[in-house]
Amino acid sequence: MNTATTTANGHSVGHDDHGHHPTGLMRWITTTNHKDIGTMYLWFSFAMFLVGGCMALTIRSELFQPGLQIVRPEFFNQLTTLHGLIMVFGAIMPAFVGFANWMLPLQIGASDMAFGRMNNLSFWLLPPAALLLTTSLFVPGGAAAAGWTLYPPLTIQLGMGMDMAIFAIHILGISSIMGSINIITTIFNLRAPGMTLMKMPLFCWTWLVTAFLIIAVMPVFAGAVTMLLTDRHFGTSFFSAAGGGDPVLYQHIFWFFGHPEVYIVIIPGFGIVSHVISTFSRKPLFGYASMVYAVAAIGILSFTVWAHHMYTTGMPVTAQLYFMYATMFIAVPTGVKIFNWTATMWRGSLSFETPMLFAIGFIFLFTIGGFSGLVLAMAAVDVQMQDTYYVVAHFHYTMVAGALFSAFAGAYYWLPKWTGHMYNEKLGQLHFWLTFIFFNMTFFVQHFLGLAGMPRRIPDYAVQFTDFNQISTIGAFGLGLSQLLFLYVVITCIKGGPKAPAKPWEGAEGLEWDVPSPAPYHTWEVQPIVK
Amino acid sequence: MLTQIANAAYQVNFQEPATKLAQTVYDLHMMMMYVCGAIFVGVFGVMFYSIVRHRKAPGRVAATFHENTTVEILWTVIPTIILLFIVWPVTKTVVAMRDATSADITIKATGYQWKWGYDYIKGEGEGIKFKSVLSTPREQIEGKAPKGEHYLLEVDNHVVVPVGKKIRILTTAEDVIHSWFVPAFAVKQDAIPGFIRDTSFRAEREGTFRGQCAELCGKDHGFMPIVVDVVSADKYSDWVAEQKTKMAAVADDPAKVWTMDELKTRGESVYAQNCAACHQPTGKGLPPAFPALDGSKIATGPKEGHLDRVLNGKAGTAMAAFGKQLSDVEIAAVVTYERNAWGNKVGDMVQPSEVKALRQ
Repeated sequence: MNTATTTANGHSVGHDDHGHHPTGLMRWITTTNHKDIGTMYLWFSFAMFLVGGCMALTIRSELFQPGLQIVRPEFFNQLTTLHGLIMVFGAIMPAFVGFANWMLPLQIGASDMAFGRMNNLSFWLLPPAALLLTTSLFVPGGAAAAGWTLYPPLTIQLGMGMDMAIFAIHILGISSIMGSINIITTIFNLRAPGMTLMKMPLFCWTWLVTAFLIIAVMPVFAGAVTMLLTDRHFGTSFFSAAGGGDPVLYQHIFWFFGHPEVYIVIIPGFGIVSHVISTFSRKPLFGYASMVYAVAAIGILSFTVWAHHMYTTGMPVTAQLYFMYATMFIAVPTGVKIFNWTATMWRGSLSFETPMLFAIGFIFLFTIGGFSGLVLAMAAVDVQMQDTYYVVAHFHYTMVAGALFSAFAGAYYWLPKWTGHMYNEKLGQLHFWLTFIFFNMTFFVQHFLGLAGMPRRIPDYAVQFTDFNQISTIGAFGLGLSQLLFLYVVITCIKGGPKAPAKPWEGAEGLEWDVPSPAPYHTWEVQPIVK
Repeated sequence: MLTQIANAAYQVNFQEPATKLAQTVYDLHMMMMYVCGAIFVGVFGVMFYSIVRHRKAPGRVAATFHENTTVEILWTVIPTIILLFIVWPVTKTVVAMRDATSADITIKATGYQWKWGYDYIKGEGEGIKFKSVLSTPREQIEGKAPKGEHYLLEVDNHVVVPVGKKIRILTTAEDVIHSWFVPAFAVKQDAIPGFIRDTSFRAEREGTFRGQCAELCGKDHGFMPIVVDVVSADKYSDWVAEQKTKMAAVADDPAKVWTMDELKTRGESVYAQNCAACHQPTGKGLPPAFPALDGSKIATGPKEGHLDRVLNGKAGTAMAAFGKQLSDVEIAAVVTYERNAWGNKVGDMVQPSEVKALRQ
């Protein structure tokens, strides 16, 4: 298709063979192209999303009614553990890394990521890790069965599935640290002339903050699981009181990683949503500077609140109060973001294409998740909620409605740029509404289960919890099946559909809309200049 | 109360509080709901107004403003002030909740995989100790019998406490972390192996209150409920007296030499309480995590090896060291039972004196 003569915006010109890359399988194995790698990340994450989803559906099937019907309790625990690990590390994080790979160079006017070969390696570390996690289900003793938090001493008891999980976590950690180094270097060094940090698209900003968070906390997690490993096999007792250690130490280390981690999976979503809301409001983003400061503040505060996951471990009252105040304070920058998005929509000229629907859905549901987070932040009330379904509802509202909805918003927003075709708008909107309705059906009722006292991670429950569990299970199946519609929409969009112009959205702004759709294999051979 | 819980199929809030603190927590939660509700309506009122009134239409031109320092300062400062108002009552409650001093009765709750052990260690009833195990029949769990009213929330021995007295609960665990959780008291305290934590409650009314272990503790995490009976002071005294007589009656004479049949009968009940959850009543286990005892090398090999496994457990697996949980008689009985039950026909027996000797 490219017989282009010249363009003002510096993508490949003058020659037809702008691909000049290996073809077939080797193209994907050896590629250092940010677009190829971004695509692989996105497909990988979607595949893991389906794997983790099937585990969730098995869990929900077992919970459709009281009693043990489908799986044994030990297998149930393995499923909850792997569902958590796979969704966080296999689905959500790689999805956003995929977006970063695809969009960062386009948005800042760079020809590729800073370290192409390392980029390739960061991706290809993922499949072995995924294989380790999934095949651990079939080894003697089964997979790790202690929840994604892997609390000892329970993790000390488990079989070799636990060692496989530890190895997988190390590999995933290395992959995401390399990805983060790449992103930081790219953003700091490869921006187009004239693009100061405060002119940079918000998605780049959110990823910059996220990348620093990843580099700061993944080694902490690696340290924690390494200590688990030596406790398991080499006679240390970091986490065993009998040898002078303390199981609660693990929780402190884990949540020092784990709390920033929940922001790692949501902050890039903030960036995507900011672009989408501004585009479909046909108005510049309200409060760009305060958005940047809010994201940075959230990133920094995320390191100071970890023990709010541990109010019931019996920490001193002063510590409880400190963590409570710090946690509640995060509501302020988060609120600023919500207000800014609302103000962006105010007196705009709004239209409601699929990305906009997902973005509004994101704001709506993420706010609910934020409110339940505020409720949980109150230590006195948290004692009632800790480790109940209320917590399950809360973090699914932030991580599914937050991360997943913003990922869908981003996917629909940039699909024309990736594929060169418009997706089917009707089906996209149907996908949104099905996802929105079934999501709420699945998770809203879980608030009630938690308030009434149903603990999480139990394979069987008392009869008074039956009705809400049945609603939740039906919703989960609807939610899961709706995602196949997304797969269909994406595949048909890749195969064909109306041709997308370089800038398919009227209100869109940013360098990525200056390159043709689909974005050619090599872009920005001549650096654009930002005024 | 009982019927209330059973009928509360569509319960959408906390269980009815049974302590003052639980009532406070309930009220705090409601206050938070109102605050969040108001903010939610405010913010999304504005957003939906935009969605309805500011949608794209012929002739509609979007505004171009993109900042306003005044509103940005306002919507940072106002939420901060709201938070300060919320923080004050919560702080008072947190401080009150963490105060477990000057209790009338102190009970130690020990988490085991998968049951609770209770020791009354101070106050009226001092010296009483018992284990509390799920009493829902297996058939109900497996769907072979209709589920009872308190399915999964019933145990063989209830914790009994007097109404209106401050009860301090010390929590600890033998193997992994458990959590002692009774919603109606607003009490949840992790039970951490090697450490002792505490919490307390003062029940305001009589009744039976039910909770469950709230920390993932392995296979039977969903099957270790907590049941507390709050009774009048008189009834409590009666219960204490009854427990004391019962304990005296079943106390074992350390010098007694047991017969094979006595050991096997006693062993069978010890097995059902402590071993059957993993190794199954049939002794077939749930391999590979929980090996079969029927025909196992340990249970049919030399009795020293068998005793050692039961006393000291196996590191790195869910096999706990039962030496700390069970008495000499119980260990002797259960080992004897395992060596002679199902297909195992070793024929020897273990006397409590042998266990005692091994412990030293």
